[in-house]
Amino acid sequence: MAYYNEPTPEQIAEEKIYRQMAVSDDEFALIQKLLGRLPNYTELGLFSVMWSEHCSYKNSKPVIKKFPTTGPQVLQGPGEGAGIVDIGDGLGIAFKIESHNHPSAVEPYQGAATGVGGILRDVFSMGARPIALLNSLRFGELANDRMKYLFKGVVAGIAGYGNRMGIPTVGGEIYFDSSYEGNPLVNAMCVGLIRHDQIQRGIAKGVGNSVVYVGAATGRDGIHGATFASVEFGDEAAVELPAVQAGDPFVEKLLMEACLELIEKDVLLGIQDMGAAGLTSSSAEMASKAGNGIELNLDLVPQRDPNMSAYEMMLSESQERMLLVVEKGREQEVEAICQKWGLTAVTIGRVTDDGRMRLLHKGQVVADVPVDYLAEEAPVYHQPSREPASFRENQAKLVEDLSINNGTETLKQLLAMPSIASKEWVFQQFDYLSGNNTIVRPGSDAAIIRIPETNKAIGITTDCNAGYIYLDPYTGGAIAVAEAARNLVCSGAKPLAITDGLNFGSPENPEVFWQIEQAAIGISEACLKFGTPVVSGNVSLYNETNGNAIYPTPIIGMVGVIEKLDHITTQHVKTAGDVVVLLGRTVPGLGGSQLQKLIDGEISGKLPDFDLAYEARVQKLVLAAIQQGLLASAHDLSEGGLAVALAEIVMETPFGLELNLNSSLPTSVILFGEAQSRVVVSLNEEKLAALKQLAATYDVELAVIGQVNNSGNYILRLNGEEIIATSVVELEKTWKGAIPCMIND
Amino acid sequence: MKTAIVVFPGTSGEHEVYQVLTQYDVQVEIVSDLTTSLDAYDGIIIPGGFAYGDYLRSGAIAKLSPIMTEIKKAAEDGKLVLGIGNGFQILLECNLLPGAMLPNADLKFKCCNVPVIVENNQTAFTCDYQEKAQLDLPIAHWAGNYYCDPVTLEQLEQQGQIVFRYHNNPNGSLNNIAGIINRKGNVLGIMARPERACDQLLGSVDGSKLFSSMIRSWRDSNGLL
Repeated sequence: MAYYNEPTPEQIAEEKIYRQMAVSDDEFALIQKLLGRLPNYTELGLFSVMWSEHCSYKNSKPVIKKFPTTGPQVLQGPGEGAGIVDIGDGLGIAFKIESHNHPSAVEPYQGAATGVGGILRDVFSMGARPIALLNSLRFGELANDRMKYLFKGVVAGIAGYGNRMGIPTVGGEIYFDSSYEGNPLVNAMCVGLIRHDQIQRGIAKGVGNSVVYVGAATGRDGIHGATFASVEFGDEAAVELPAVQAGDPFVEKLLMEACLELIEKDVLLGIQDMGAAGLTSSSAEMASKAGNGIELNLDLVPQRDPNMSAYEMMLSESQERMLLVVEKGREQEVEAICQKWGLTAVTIGRVTDDGRMRLLHKGQVVADVPVDYLAEEAPVYHQPSREPASFRENQAKLVEDLSINNGTETLKQLLAMPSIASKEWVFQQFDYLSGNNTIVRPGSDAAIIRIPETNKAIGITTDCNAGYIYLDPYTGGAIAVAEAARNLVCSGAKPLAITDGLNFGSPENPEVFWQIEQAAIGISEACLKFGTPVVSGNVSLYNETNGNAIYPTPIIGMVGVIEKLDHITTQHVKTAGDVVVLLGRTVPGLGGSQLQKLIDGEISGKLPDFDLAYEARVQKLVLAAIQQGLLASAHDLSEGGLAVALAEIVMETPFGLELNLNSSLPTSVILFGEAQSRVVVSLNEEKLAALKQLAATYDVELAVIGQVNNSGNYILRLNGEEIIATSVVELEKTWKGAIPCMIND
Repeated sequence: MKTAIVVFPGTSGEHEVYQVLTQYDVQVEIVSDLTTSLDAYDGIIIPGGFAYGDYLRSGAIAKLSPIMTEIKKAAEDGKLVLGIGNGFQILLECNLLPGAMLPNADLKFKCCNVPVIVENNQTAFTCDYQEKAQLDLPIAHWAGNYYCDPVTLEQLEQQGQIVFRYHNNPNGSLNNIAGIINRKGNVLGIMARPERACDQLLGSVDGSKLFSSMIRSWRDSNGLL
């Protein structure tokens, strides 16, 4: 009997209808072989979303399984809603990053808003109360109206959702580059606080127990979102609007409070967000993890339209929904708590012992397949990889010098580049103070959040210079981790673990796959060096439009712990008379630098040499110096090099800097080179001897380069010659005004 | 002093106020908007957040909640009622304070610290401040652009009902109004977030005197030391 005018199994096979769901001929044959029959339309839908890259990692699994994921601090590694690390006192930090790139490219406000909603559910479904949000964004150059619209819409969407949830958005990063023209990236990270004894898992335990649906009703929005996220864009992207979900942060806030109360009262056996692939993935994954089956009566699912088909209900990605497994007999307790929060909780099914997912709808069995086939049997592809010719060309080219006519003007031009310019226009739209625990606000190296009722805080950062990874994915991947760790260390935090948001082009392109492999090796090696395992993450592939891939962008979200509140350090200079010191060594090369982008319009060449062992020594030195109370401020050197970092430590303060440098390297390299493993600190001169001694212990170069004063001017001399001379206020005006000016706001 | 912090679905600032008040020698309870009586409380605080998602208009749905009758009764009885941020918007919507909030002039949410001037230190909420004291207070709102008709504005100005004024107007608010009080002097609305400025670690302590003023006023009016 025909069901909802859907094609019959035979039609699906003959007319190759499965291809519309991004199921390949080989995959369809495998499904048929596993089942021993043709799948019906609903069953094919289940396979197509569960076997999408987004849910199955079928292309990325061979790479990501090589990440280091263990350590004494790890309470929960990859595979659940979020990873969890121990911070002592019986407390843990749950965190994860997730992409919402494709939806945001189509509908920026809702795409970004629901990205925030999804990552929040991942964290509170673990039992953790979210305490901070961050986001890592990439856009094309702010040159045309469409990009300005996407940028404004994404920022407004993040604000609209996060602010209404009462969870502070405390940091992140934003870069602009033409490689993201067709595929902007929106990665949201959520950080939650949890007691060790409250950790929940997404598992359907105990045959006969009830499966309870809670939250918003299921509609037709977001059908095939996971599939949509796993194919590349053509010019028809704009017509894919129905695959974008719409968010309701008010319902999410109620859902969060209800779930946390259910967890506090210990009513749940299992809980999982209905995120990507909605009801399908949450039910199949929970059953598969427990080695059980699951039976759902779809007639009972709360629906926005009573005429929805099983296919539509199972594939819907309507937001603000959670699937619970509850001990039989305790359903009413769950209903009562949900009702208190104004939410509907409905028992829609039960855990079974036959390992099958059986779906009932309007008196028919509309799907009956083994859950493991959905959750475990997706094919794994070992894609071919090939080193691009451009890699060798870049490696062979050391950009030794670039011509600078006027140091002051170059500094101002760099400060006005949107990737370096102040992001105040963005973060002022976020309620970054919500919760009253934000000690260090957006704009510093890392955000610092107090852990209530302790003397501790956590530092959080996201980092990824994708241009470096484009030129040299192995080194660039290692640098992304190193920079994240360096940002935390400069804030006084000891790095604990990372979450990675791997954003790449199509894995079916061998040169893209090579980028993925190489970046993953670089990330892994750096994680091992800094003792920061990968505890959660997300993979977003196929970020390309008409064959043009984005820069490879594996975003590193890192969390660290600050053992004592008085270790908290910020980047700004504090007192006139303090000496300014550069820790680390400046090595030659301008490849991949913002200066090169400014002058040449694009990046090329070899990255400056990067030595993980040296980087680790610099970081140990900085953390030891902070813990011994030697430093007044610390700031890592990144985009724009030393001259930009020095501007960043003095802008928004009443002070000035007088700097005297000596070097045989070219001016461009000394001032604007982006050699890694460098930190600029300021301190009372009386503590200099102790810092010098410490630097010698860690075998790290130290140069006293100047002094903080009350002049309000930034004066820099190199080998006795004045290169930069300007007022700090003027720099600040340029730096703060750049983004509002570009978007005419 | 026994204080109720009233929470609507979607309110998020209750713990911020709670955390601050527990540092004083007062009783403080977080109560749901389903509570049927506020008789047991001496003071009422409506905290910041997004009551009912701020859908339709800030405070427009919250004002229909049954607890509003109790809040109005408390105000009539002369109890101290403080609305912070979203709480101020709700007090305007239910007419305990005159005027209305428009979206910020630049149509964006704005979170930052701003200088706020104490215009009237002769109120139950500001008696611990110096007159014309300049405070460093955070704001975090998208509809803090205060508006009222010219007659009301004149009254507010004449009768000292403008208690706080922005030094640099961040949202388009009429006459730089950041906070107003009712004629009786027991209902105050403030758009800035004083509870977020009570801890040096978080950047400012300039908000704490608002809470200490409230507590002292209550003690004085009840003959307590």
